[in-house]
Amino acid sequence: MNWHVVVDNMPILAKGALLTLELTAGAVAIGVVIGLFMALARLSKHKVVRAGAIAYIDFFRGTPLLVQIFLVYFGIPMLLKWQTMPDNYQYTAGILAMGLNSGAYIAEIFRAGIQSIDRGQSEAARSLGMTQAQALRYVILPQAFKRTIPPLGNEFIALLKDSSLLSIIAIQELFYTGKIIVGRTYQPLPMYMAVALYYLVMTQLIAQWVAYMERRLGKNDLR
Amino acid sequence: MIFVKNLHKSFGKLEVLKGIDCHVREKEVVVVIGPSGSGKSTFLRCLNKLEEPTSGEIIVDGIPLNSEVNVNAIRREVGMVFQRFNLFPHMTAIQNIVLAPEVVRKTNKEEARKIGLELLAKVGLYDKADEYPDRLSGGQQQRVAIARALAMKPKIMLFDETTSALDPEMVGEVLAVMKDLAREGMTMVVVTHEMGFAREVGDRVIFMDEGIIMEEGEPNEVFANPKNPRTQAFLSKIL
Repeated sequence: MNWHVVVDNMPILAKGALLTLELTAGAVAIGVVIGLFMALARLSKHKVVRAGAIAYIDFFRGTPLLVQIFLVYFGIPMLLKWQTMPDNYQYTAGILAMGLNSGAYIAEIFRAGIQSIDRGQSEAARSLGMTQAQALRYVILPQAFKRTIPPLGNEFIALLKDSSLLSIIAIQELFYTGKIIVGRTYQPLPMYMAVALYYLVMTQLIAQWVAYMERRLGKNDLR
Repeated sequence: MIFVKNLHKSFGKLEVLKGIDCHVREKEVVVVIGPSGSGKSTFLRCLNKLEEPTSGEIIVDGIPLNSEVNVNAIRREVGMVFQRFNLFPHMTAIQNIVLAPEVVRKTNKEEARKIGLELLAKVGLYDKADEYPDRLSGGQQQRVAIARALAMKPKIMLFDETTSALDPEMVGEVLAVMKDLAREGMTMVVVTHEMGFAREVGDRVIFMDEGIIMEEGEPNEVFANPKNPRTQAFLSKIL
């Protein structure tokens, strides 16, 4: 076994890891926005809105992310009748697919968080003359958000690991980079161990950050 | 101030209110008593539409409670205090109080804070302005909740068993604040099990049972000479 391969390729792997982080961050941003809207839609009084949210969540939770990546990557150019794919299109498609997917999971996390807040809170807010939107914004969501931090952390970690699937549309993230190096060096064991280690370091960073946020935001709310 | 006509409310098949007629005058303190499950709280919650009446008519301060617009307008004028305080746990006492004036009434921050501190002083908690609710006792939390409702300068205050969740030694401090309010001429509807309060502060007592008003009248009259047998039975159990 040739451990030199790992040392020599550390910088290239780091570049892949950085891209992995960027892809995940982009997907998280899209996922949180979609998740919030879908959670609120899921709790709406209007049947049609609710049904739409349920359909969205069922689809993106109930089908493989890999299939969704292909659907977005090949589907959008077909729908928009593009002759050629624009430069770097795979990044947009990859982030979008992951964001759409995590939006469904995050929607359920937010919904659970919102529903876990005592009904008396919204009654108190409404009894003071606040509209439903004001009650959500100032009273319900700040409390719900705190409670969603641990499951959100899980989701971010899952998303980071799942971003390795984007190697299938030739995005040179961490796993893809590792694979290329293995193809060149024929040293799969040390290389993939190095790849795994990079993932582990990144997921640990997220876990630490989540724990920190939990401590910081949780200190005034012991309930 | 409040007119209620033939108010009915059902939860599924269970009819909780079976035709309530009632009239509360300005500056009047009406105390609602009755056994648990009699519909007192539901009745109170219909008055600011936290519960949607099944049928009947409610007019508060000249505004009929029907459309969503009216509901928010009404709720600005009608303060409510709950059995379980329902303070916002992520905000300090003063933040709890200034929130609604700021976002609903658009009062500017300094003005809202000034009014908020005055109200905290009024309920005897000026020095607790920056404490979070979980650092306050039940009685203190409930007094903050009263100050929070008052910050909207309501014309009417509704009290829903505001002392029932308190340890006995804290009941007095909350009742004292309510008595002050009554003395200042606030229009109040109070659901309570505190008969001493009803007798001392109430202008009128309403006895409810099984979703209807069984008896109403001046407190001394109702407590001394209850006419309805159900009122007699209820009072004999608790007095």
